[in-house]
Amino acid sequence: MLRRILDRVAPHFEEEGRLSALFPVYEAIDTALFTPGHVTGGASHVRDGLDLKRLMLTVWFAAWIPVFVGSYIVGFQANEAMQVAGLASTDNWRAIVLDALINYDHTSMWDNFLHGLAYFIPLYVVVFLVGIAFEVWFASKRGHEINEGFFVTSILFTLTLPPGTPLWMAAVGIAFGVVIGKEVFGGVGKNFLNPALTGRAFLYFAYPAQMSGDAVWVAVDGFTRATPLGNAAIGEAYGIDFWQAFFGNMAGSFGETSTPAILVAAVILLVTRVASWRIMLGCVLGLVGAAWLFNMIPSSNPMFTMTPAWHLVLGGFAFGAVFMATDPVSAAMTDTGRLVYGILIGVMCVLIRVVNPAFPEGMMLAILFGNLFAPLIDHFVTQSNIKRRIARG
Amino acid sequence: MEQYLGLFIRAVFVENMALTFFLGMCTFIAISKKISTAFGLGVAVVVVLAITVPVNNLIYNYLLREGALAWAGYPDVDLSFVGLLSYIGVIAAMVQILEMFLDRFVPVLYNALGVFLPLITVNCAILGASLFMVERDYTFAESMVFGLGAGVGWALAITALAGVREKLKYSDVPEGLRGLGITFISVGLISLCFMSFGGIDI
Repeated sequence: MLRRILDRVAPHFEEEGRLSALFPVYEAIDTALFTPGHVTGGASHVRDGLDLKRLMLTVWFAAWIPVFVGSYIVGFQANEAMQVAGLASTDNWRAIVLDALINYDHTSMWDNFLHGLAYFIPLYVVVFLVGIAFEVWFASKRGHEINEGFFVTSILFTLTLPPGTPLWMAAVGIAFGVVIGKEVFGGVGKNFLNPALTGRAFLYFAYPAQMSGDAVWVAVDGFTRATPLGNAAIGEAYGIDFWQAFFGNMAGSFGETSTPAILVAAVILLVTRVASWRIMLGCVLGLVGAAWLFNMIPSSNPMFTMTPAWHLVLGGFAFGAVFMATDPVSAAMTDTGRLVYGILIGVMCVLIRVVNPAFPEGMMLAILFGNLFAPLIDHFVTQSNIKRRIARG
Repeated sequence: MEQYLGLFIRAVFVENMALTFFLGMCTFIAISKKISTAFGLGVAVVVVLAITVPVNNLIYNYLLREGALAWAGYPDVDLSFVGLLSYIGVIAAMVQILEMFLDRFVPVLYNALGVFLPLITVNCAILGASLFMVERDYTFAESMVFGLGAGVGWALAITALAGVREKLKYSDVPEGLRGLGITFISVGLISLCFMSFGGIDI
């Protein structure tokens, strides 16, 4: 049925057809639904048919776990805050849909979940549409294919946003990420920074008031709640105990709060061997090592005393290490290089959190910094390999 | 000791010559196509900076600044208006010596750097470091640490850029942006990454 429809419209998109400019769109829909008809002619050496499409879609599916858990947490916090403030209904346009469906009761799982989704879905839709529009525009102008990489970029980008982000801001961010972070270099696989994080960093520096501070994390107007890392940076109590932090009952962006959800996703990515275990291991090693070193140093800065375990569960570390750092394009390519790259990210993350008073959270910038040095790390690893081989004769 | 370590880290990362002040851009962009050459130029800049900043510091403190000539019996003389001239003179002499040294001992690097080696003389990062030294009133020891740190930071930045540009050889950049255009965008993005150090107060 679908096949027949696709075949019938195919002539319009092929060369000379009326819609030939939109061929990439047709091609993307076609290959997403069916295995392409053209196959490799000669004998090839593929051990496993893991192509870019399957790889990206695996990450995309894995990312839905933090989406659902994160939405639940966002909804729970919003409902709780509304009860404290005595509000009966949310005060923005989402009320039109939500009022009919839920009672804003923070003890009801369903209410929490839907309330959270009401914030996630519009953001995701806007991010996806704006991003795909630029993607299609570049693809049809430059004659390359639309790539599933964008599925991953769009969902990961949305997951790094605070729940209360205005929709237009999300659109600006993803546009910057897709165009400057990726398309000017020629599309997927050609960029050197993670496009989702490029967009996020752009928003962070362009609109700091909406991206940090303590008013943006709970989706109720006028309700403030600082992130635990924000609290820790100014020397206050974190406001939660360790297991609460682990399960994610804290203020934060959509994806970063719940560590178990990220761990499940990490297991999926590792079992399917989509993500590199060396990078994840390197991140954890670097973080634990650096945090442990800072614990040794006596200082008046309260962040120095934060233990490695807390560093692991707070903020965006787990999310970044599992989803962002392992991006195969912007990470290091060699095995040893991946380990070094991971360690660099872990160390930088702690360094920014502890030493830099301007940013309570450092994972985003740490990963971008790692991306920046990944080609250099690869260069030195290959150079040393070459030297070793020459020495061996 | 701790104070000098802090100054060094600040000069390398927080106040990186290339990526936060955008000084020395011409060489930064022209010589960053290959990692090995970029690294060589980086080392040359480190050497030049580590020597010229302390030397200029001595010249400023004992000859040029107001009242500096008191030891010679002229307490009212203020020669700071010839500052620029003297700093550039010192830098030019230093680069000349370095050039002869490289020509004699490291001819490969000498040939790779080509005209850009003498052009280090007018590299704004190098004059900039001397001027920062004057403006911030560093002591002799501080100026040594600062010169070294500024050089290392610049070298780190150009090596990182060269790594990125080697990777970008495989990219498919739109026609109009090829070459310098995409390099400028890359430098902007790299500088965004270095924002992670902005605000560190050591």
